[in-house]
Amino acid sequence: MSTNRGLVAHHFEDIEQQRDVEAFGMWMFLATEILIFGAVFTAYTVYRLRYAADFEAASSKLNVLIGSINTIVLLTSSLTMVLAVHATRAGRPKMLMICLLLTIFFGLTFFGFKAVEYYEDYEEALVPGLRFDPGEWAERSPPANAGHVQLMLVFYYIMTGLHAVHMIVGIGLLTWLVYRARRGTLTPARYMAVEVVGLYWHFVDIVWIFLLPLLYLAGTHRASDLHF
Amino acid sequence: MSEQLTPTKTYYSVFAALVALTLLTVGVSFFELGNWHTTVGILIGVVKASLVALFFMHLLHSSKLSWLAALAGLFWLVILMGLTLSDYLTRQVLDF
Repeated sequence: MSTNRGLVAHHFEDIEQQRDVEAFGMWMFLATEILIFGAVFTAYTVYRLRYAADFEAASSKLNVLIGSINTIVLLTSSLTMVLAVHATRAGRPKMLMICLLLTIFFGLTFFGFKAVEYYEDYEEALVPGLRFDPGEWAERSPPANAGHVQLMLVFYYIMTGLHAVHMIVGIGLLTWLVYRARRGTLTPARYMAVEVVGLYWHFVDIVWIFLLPLLYLAGTHRASDLHF
Repeated sequence: MSEQLTPTKTYYSVFAALVALTLLTVGVSFFELGNWHTTVGILIGVVKASLVALFFMHLLHSSKLSWLAALAGLFWLVILMGLTLSDYLTRQVLDF
């Protein structure tokens, strides 16, 4: 039996066209995702420009070390993801499995650091509505507007939260790929599932690439900020 | 999608560049840049995002359809941000 048998759906001219359409489908979805995140980024930008000093003050209090480590963790997961695509196309199922599991592992590592970070934020009274001390900000020199600081922090939780939801979906998709890899249905001829999940995973990585400067690097840091 | 496989060496080089740019952008935040932190951070972010899109997302070897979708997403983002900011950034000019 030929490996190409039943590979091309009847409404496609050939396998090339089918693969182009499969990638195009994910890219179209990602275009809508740009706008979901874009709306939050735009709202952030409006207030960032209006309350620049307060946003920078709040940003300096966020944990820049964990934020940076998580950036490297996500970039590494993107590397293993693209290596998974490569392994599928090169016909190396064992390598594919290792790369998929590593990608999931780095995704979970990201959540581990994020959990520590949210806990730290709570400890340092950076959670509006739950644990926040307006007086502490008013006494700073120069004093910061506690309301604007809370606004920045709400953006921080919404943006990292929306990103985290996407990560959970991504880990779910990767788990599905592990299941398919185990069944041996990911082959050099049928690799597009890995490629398309990869597109999604890399997009979520790109979102984080912009969250890092916007949330963590808006103000000047000191060496003493490097702690867990 | 093109048929040829990108050598893994390319992926490792791109990854090294991404890590280097991350260290750079974090390192820069320890210097006094006044109001320039976000601008510098976003510029480095654009370079990193382009590397991810071109190499990891294979945009470099993708069909024009994928480029169309990616650029349409960016184009709408520019409209979203551009028209919103053209309002908020010009409110102080004329004081009605």
